[in-house]
Amino acid sequence: MLYEQELKTFVDGTTNFFEVAAQQPASIGSPYLMEGSPSVHEYTGVINISGKREGVVYFTAPKAMLTVLLMKMQENDFSHETMRDLVGEVANTISGNARRDFGRDFVISVPSVLSGEKPAIPQKPGQRSFIIPINWRSHSAKLVVSLS
Amino acid sequence: MKNNPTPLNGKRAFKLMIVDDSNIMRRRIERSQQFEELQLVGTAGNGEEALELFKRTDPDVVTMDLTMPRMDGIECIGRLVQLKPAVRILVVSALADKATAVEAMEKGANGFLNKPFTDRQLNEAIAELMR
Repeated sequence: MLYEQELKTFVDGTTNFFEVAAQQPASIGSPYLMEGSPSVHEYTGVINISGKREGVVYFTAPKAMLTVLLMKMQENDFSHETMRDLVGEVANTISGNARRDFGRDFVISVPSVLSGEKPAIPQKPGQRSFIIPINWRSHSAKLVVSLS
Repeated sequence: MKNNPTPLNGKRAFKLMIVDDSNIMRRRIERSQQFEELQLVGTAGNGEEALELFKRTDPDVVTMDLTMPRMDGIECIGRLVQLKPAVRILVVSALADKATAVEAMEKGANGFLNKPFTDRQLNEAIAELMR
């Protein structure tokens, strides 16, 4: 059972990045439940969680959104490596927030970054995922929380 | 590069080193810091690189990420302080828990700034560090 407060920690970590780094807040869409691995965008930052809960949390975003986010951050390098760097930093913020709020009950990994259309995201069979749309400007990314 | 930087407008100049495994964050810190007395002597992407660069350039002020490959920021802080006890180190990290901040301070860091940060937060933290 995923508690609302836990979900809020991950959501806040994500929206905080947009609000502070890009100076423009993101809004969240209605969360929904899905079984199995949901579809991902081109770039995905993943954190693995163990301890009190087991599973993964990831932020997956399309290249177009990341490009605009980089522009808002006054970057002018839009290479593949910079896109990977950026989703890694978003995942890093989510991870840092979780460590602050959950303390030692949760063991949270250093983020890893995946790219491409069908990256292999580790997930237990039958595990359900909460998907939270992250809307920013005209773009939409997903925060996926898949914990048991 | 161990020579003292040229004083600017009568102010003492400080040599700055930026350590972060993210290129975006290194560029962001370099671009956003507004102190003319800070002269960037180099950037590093992990603790090992930082240690090498530190020995070559002898910085006075360091911004230090914590989660990095090869040698993490906590270990690197301890090594830098051993080499130069007077160095001023600002931790710039997404790790927002108190235990991490305390550990960094115990190793010798002088300030802590959470990522993400605004330009204003960065400059306030650096100003505090150089006070």
